[in-house]
Amino acid sequence: MTDLLFYIFAGITLISALIMVISPNVVNGAMCMIISFVGTAALFVLLEAYFLAVLQVLVYAGAVMVLFLFIIMLLDADKDASRLLKDKMTLAGSIAGFALLVVLVCAAFVGGQHLPEPALLPVMENPTGEGPGIPFTTSAKSFGYSLFTKYMLPFQLTGFLLLAAMIGVIVVSKKHEEPTGEKK
Amino acid sequence: MELLNTSLPYLLPIVYAVAMISVFMGLCAYSVLAERKVSGWIQGRVGPNRTRLPLLGHIPILGNLMTGLGLFQPAADGLKFLFKEEITPGHVRKSYYYLAPIVALAPALTTMVVVPFGRYVDADGVMQPLVLANVDLGMLIVLAISSLGVYGIVLAGWASNSKYPFLGGIRASAQMISFELSMGLALLPVFMWAAAPGSEYGMSLFGVVQSQQSAWLGLWQPLSALIFLVALFAETNRLPFDMAESETDLVGGFHTEYGAFKFGLFFVAEYAHIIIGSAVFVLLFAGGWNFLPWLADPWGDGLIGALLSVGWFMAKVFFMIFFFIWMRWTLPRFRYDQVMSLGWKILLPVAVGNLVLNTFIIAIYDTLTR
Repeated sequence: MTDLLFYIFAGITLISALIMVISPNVVNGAMCMIISFVGTAALFVLLEAYFLAVLQVLVYAGAVMVLFLFIIMLLDADKDASRLLKDKMTLAGSIAGFALLVVLVCAAFVGGQHLPEPALLPVMENPTGEGPGIPFTTSAKSFGYSLFTKYMLPFQLTGFLLLAAMIGVIVVSKKHEEPTGEKK
Repeated sequence: MELLNTSLPYLLPIVYAVAMISVFMGLCAYSVLAERKVSGWIQGRVGPNRTRLPLLGHIPILGNLMTGLGLFQPAADGLKFLFKEEITPGHVRKSYYYLAPIVALAPALTTMVVVPFGRYVDADGVMQPLVLANVDLGMLIVLAISSLGVYGIVLAGWASNSKYPFLGGIRASAQMISFELSMGLALLPVFMWAAAPGSEYGMSLFGVVQSQQSAWLGLWQPLSALIFLVALFAETNRLPFDMAESETDLVGGFHTEYGAFKFGLFFVAEYAHIIIGSAVFVLLFAGGWNFLPWLADPWGDGLIGALLSVGWFMAKVFFMIFFFIWMRWTLPRFRYDQVMSLGWKILLPVAVGNLVLNTFIIAIYDTLTR
């Protein structure tokens, strides 16, 4: 059952991702990207990473892609629908990328080889707090617990990075005003 | 018999899901009737009172009563949508034009999977929710799936390929993004209180209801409740925030070019969103199926208790649906720029302030009671 679901969702994800890349219509591309995101979320569910799956739908399919569609519609980018393969560079890039993919798949699966399977890490004890620590489960609580104890530093660094990006966006998108102009 | 036993675990969820969809669609149809009746009452009219089914409508006293209440009207409305001529304007983008009503309705029907609507006491004496899927992340799933609902409106506006629907679609996408932020931020204090350290529930809606056994969250988190309610009105595209539809300046908004059953699907989707929104609001802020504040659960065990809890929950949801309708026929529509400045300049800062305030209160409370 799980295998079958995996193949279905993997197929949906890959096919919609492919259409997104090759479709000349921009809105088609955006819609296929949404389907691809939702398919990825379904794959996360099959991995029992429910929190990640929900965030994938909430943030990417729900919020980011609405912005994409908003911009596409506002600028009416549909007008300059281009041909599938624009020039030789695109063609060369596609062929090189596909060749790399073939090499990767061959190296990973052909001739009795297979991808190395990482061993599951043992559940870490709570390093800082008191108490026995909580066991690793798929629940959001366990996720948040390890995020705020063991992975506190990467978490805060990511937050700082996002803050820097946000400030950058505000600075870049702000209209340049004369120093004498009124402050807004 | 052997086959039945093996297939039952797969069959039963399907049966439950079909049953729930049937009840839910019935609720949608009767919310439309409620809208028409309540609007008639508010405006001093009678509302629909003529539709009469052949057999049922001729039961002596009951028939007249049901006709007068308009109980047969949803059937007539549905048949009207079905048998009208399906007009597809020549200038639309066909595939997305057909896809949009489906995309509008499907998320509204999907969210109800994680919305609990009652409780029962199982064989071990443990209280369990009546819900299709009792998942740990209930609230997040509701937010995630319902955020996909906007694509129905956006696609309808874009695929119609004419000016008014397009403006409606653009407005809908901007409005959704703005109010989703305040909605999420208003929810955070709720879960900070409800899922305190030591409680066994994460972001499940059942856990929130269980945490409201004494005081309902709406009573001591009124600010969160208010922000959530305002954002809910905006997210469900109801007046005073129905910018995507706004018939005074956009004809019919995003569904101007739609007719017959495709329009009917948009119509049902709007009421489906209202019902789910009302249910989530009741679960989060109005105690779910808990009887009254500080009088949590007089329902008792067994089947009767379970049914009573469902009934009480539905009563609250019906009141919230009435509230939605009431607001629509009471408040005038905001101007578009007023909606956006309300979302970004008032609701969002207040929601952030509310979150910080609650964080401090929890920190002080924890320090004092340690």
